[in-house]
Amino acid sequence: MSTENGNTRPGWRDGLRESATFDRATIHEIQRAAREGIYDIRGGGAKRHVPSFDDLLLLGASVSRYPLEGYRERCDTDVVLGDRHAKKPLELDIPVTIAGMSFGALSAPAKEALGRGASEMGTSTTTGDGGMTPEERGHSETLVYQLLPSRYGMNPDDLRRADAIEVVVGQGAKPGGGGMLLGQKISDRVAEMRDLPTGIDQRSACRHPDWTGPDDLEIKIEELREITDWEKPIFVKVGATRPYYDVALAVKAGADVVVLDGMQGGTAATQEVFIEHVGIPTLAAIPPAVQALIELGVHRKVQLVVSGGIRNGADVAKALALGADAVSIGVAALVAIGDNAPELDDEYAKIGSASGFYDDWHEGRDPAGIFTQDDDLAARFDAELGGRRLANYLRTVVLETQTLARACGKSRVQNLEPEDLVALTVEAAAMARVPLAGTNWIPGTEAR
Amino acid sequence: MSGAAPDSTAAPSRALDLSQLSVRELNAALHEAEDGRWEVLDPVGKHAIAAGLDAELEVEIAGNVGYYCAGMNKRATVRVKGNCGVGVAENIMSGKVAIEGDASQAAGASGHGGLLVIEGNAAARCGISLKGADIVVRGSIGHMSAFMAQRGRIVVCGDAGAALGDSIYEARIYVRGEVAGLGADCVAKEMRPEHLEELAELLAEAGIEDAQPSEFSRYGSARRLYNFNVDDAGEY
Amino acid sequence: MGSRLDACHADAAMCGIVGIYAKSDACERHLGAHAAAMLVEMADRGPDSAGVAIYRDPAPEGHSKLCLQSADSAGWDDAVTAIDTGIGVVEARRVGERHALVETPVGAEEARDWVERELPDVAIDSAGRIIEIYKDAISPAEFVSRFSLAEMSGTHALGHTRMATESRVTPAGSHPFSTGLDLCLVHNGSLSNHNRLRDELRREGIGFRTRNDSEVAAAYLTWRLRQGATLEGALEGCLEDLDGFYTFAVGTAEGFAVLRDPISCKPAVMAECDDWVAIASEYRALATLPGAADAEVWEPEPGVVYSWGTVAVA
Repeated sequence: MSTENGNTRPGWRDGLRESATFDRATIHEIQRAAREGIYDIRGGGAKRHVPSFDDLLLLGASVSRYPLEGYRERCDTDVVLGDRHAKKPLELDIPVTIAGMSFGALSAPAKEALGRGASEMGTSTTTGDGGMTPEERGHSETLVYQLLPSRYGMNPDDLRRADAIEVVVGQGAKPGGGGMLLGQKISDRVAEMRDLPTGIDQRSACRHPDWTGPDDLEIKIEELREITDWEKPIFVKVGATRPYYDVALAVKAGADVVVLDGMQGGTAATQEVFIEHVGIPTLAAIPPAVQALIELGVHRKVQLVVSGGIRNGADVAKALALGADAVSIGVAALVAIGDNAPELDDEYAKIGSASGFYDDWHEGRDPAGIFTQDDDLAARFDAELGGRRLANYLRTVVLETQTLARACGKSRVQNLEPEDLVALTVEAAAMARVPLAGTNWIPGTEAR
Repeated sequence: MSGAAPDSTAAPSRALDLSQLSVRELNAALHEAEDGRWEVLDPVGKHAIAAGLDAELEVEIAGNVGYYCAGMNKRATVRVKGNCGVGVAENIMSGKVAIEGDASQAAGASGHGGLLVIEGNAAARCGISLKGADIVVRGSIGHMSAFMAQRGRIVVCGDAGAALGDSIYEARIYVRGEVAGLGADCVAKEMRPEHLEELAELLAEAGIEDAQPSEFSRYGSARRLYNFNVDDAGEY
Repeated sequence: MGSRLDACHADAAMCGIVGIYAKSDACERHLGAHAAAMLVEMADRGPDSAGVAIYRDPAPEGHSKLCLQSADSAGWDDAVTAIDTGIGVVEARRVGERHALVETPVGAEEARDWVERELPDVAIDSAGRIIEIYKDAISPAEFVSRFSLAEMSGTHALGHTRMATESRVTPAGSHPFSTGLDLCLVHNGSLSNHNRLRDELRREGIGFRTRNDSEVAAAYLTWRLRQGATLEGALEGCLEDLDGFYTFAVGTAEGFAVLRDPISCKPAVMAECDDWVAIASEYRALATLPGAADAEVWEPEPGVVYSWGTVAVA
């Protein structure tokens, strides 16, 4: 091992030069494809760098804008989701929810931890592909139930037990995704829950079986409301592709809440090419979505929940400033409860990975006991501890959001607005539709 | 038999008239009911009629219905004296739904249990994503039927359209007439005594007396798509 | 900002379609009323705009009818005067603020070309001897009232109710689309290869007013018919050359035709009795027609062209 300019990669020798086009990761992937004859599958969201909230900054207090004192002057964080039609909208204490993640991808104790942490902080969790488990309903005070193309485990009792229903049109990691997930095997418990043979390759449908298009979605939503006597809010979740049109159509189809998931949003498993090359960044998706809501006269009446790479209070504050009513977290919640823990580095090494890098979630061998159906591995995961850790993390995120909001003079976090933001790069300025820092210029519009 | 207590078939049915009531009012009444016979009048193609029932009711609908009639049905017996739109008895859990006329697309989609009987024809995607329910069609079914059907049984006395049973798992299909084409991984299979018996039961449950099990062919999964083998890559 | 968004995505057709072909004199007399009832029933699927193509009152041989629409309601008198000076006007009838039906003593192609050239700000919703197309960005109920559809008679009609993807709903994106004489198309669904096809059709000399996918389908049919195909042949060409989801209903001078794409996810229900043949996205629209309860009801098969009336080359 040699060093040059601090480069200490194994096998490195002075004078070797890496290609940007055929970098080591690309070469490795081509070699793997040549060996295996099938696409690479992994979990998580887009890994490559895209314009994001990191390219935005909040303008704090100044001579013309006065901040609020932390701790003594209120900065409210509560939010109501779904009061457009439902008899019982969701009333959450914080504007951060836990996104849909499937039991089957996650272990039962992992789902329990998410429920515990969310309930402690007065927010909701969401079921995923595979349906509602008793553990999740038992531990989650507010539970959103997904209606997915697969319809695994779908039943009217769970619809009635849910606090809200989320019709999933798509998700950010794989908008339009479906097809075979070759090599992703189904375990016994999951097979039983989903009425599938064990040990076979997983397939997923990309369209719903009984409706296609917003005109027919409208009728489907009507059915869901009828089955649940119009009690529950109906969410519609879309992956970020054409957000202006998708949000407008979701509203016209009758959605009470729209959930918008950018390309950084995670998945348990899908083809790598899908994750990295389909869908648009979360940052780019929000302004068109908000514009659609404003033009239809329903901004803040049909709530917008944004997900896809939300990591900290700064991301939350910026998403709210752009017009979201709340955000949803997936990967961050899993890291909080214990995914990719550094204590497990040796274990990750045994399965060809390292803590902070592990994304072969579909293989079900997660030493943290989160992405697994193996009873022994799952038993390692302490759900109560995980729940506390999630609550700690959520508390931190919300305090951060409040800190930033107060600095901008807001007594309520949803009062953050686009005028509180500036951008560091031309791309981010154009996507977020806020000026480049220190200028009046929003690329694509006339400078004033 | 004299002296016998009146049973539910003798009890008078209550009528709910959709020219006077909204579908919401209709369904609210049906959701509150615990039993009894109900007649729905003047449906004129409205949607979600009798959706979400969960009691041992008997519901008879006098006319044509729209989408998702008897959606997610549990325990109830629903009869439509006419045609139905998309997704009749979608996700049915138990009970029985009978359509005297024709059914539109996605009949019985993702049904988990119970029985759906279609006296006329069903259209495309009949039994799509089936998860354990039974569907018996006196007429023919359209293309892409039984797509990704996991569990359950589909009986077709007429013909089946193209791409039958594409990506099918363990559901069993019996067709008496012509099959326009089989979907990926769906093949004709041997009819053994247990299949003939199963088929006879299903036909009897559906009240079909003029079709013999021996006239049917069986179709199901070849199971080649269950585990990826690079040599089968062409199948995908 | 809005126009940049409009430019990057073409409006897909989220909506309801209806169509009716009269087989009896009684039905012809009440055709407008039937079409109106069906349109209103499909408002849930398409609340934002409505349109109808109705075939009626044929102009005499050598004459033509144009249905015109203009954003500038004040300029109609001048426009009609100009047309009269240019090619002649037999009759001009204003309908509401922005629409007018004009009969001219010249052929439809000449009349249409003249208006396109000389009055570029006036939109030509239809041109032909028989067809009249009215469309507007108002609810179906308002539409049938404003255009007095229920009072019209005719031989056949196609209608459309639209759920607009853009929020500033303009009539331009509304159906029926007409890119040929006495020809119209309504579409439910979403095409996926229309942008390149639009470029090709432009090179063939066909003009477009929107970035709408349905307009491309209408233009494709016009082009095929121009090349000598029958309507059936042109529709069968759709199966080869168009990609995406569609239920199409096409109107010609003589009748109408229906086609669904091979996957057929978008709905279509048809019904027929002694008095009429009808199509709609949902049965409940058909249920508004007299005799619907006893009519034969069926769903068109995917990839099969159905036609009524003598459908010939345009």
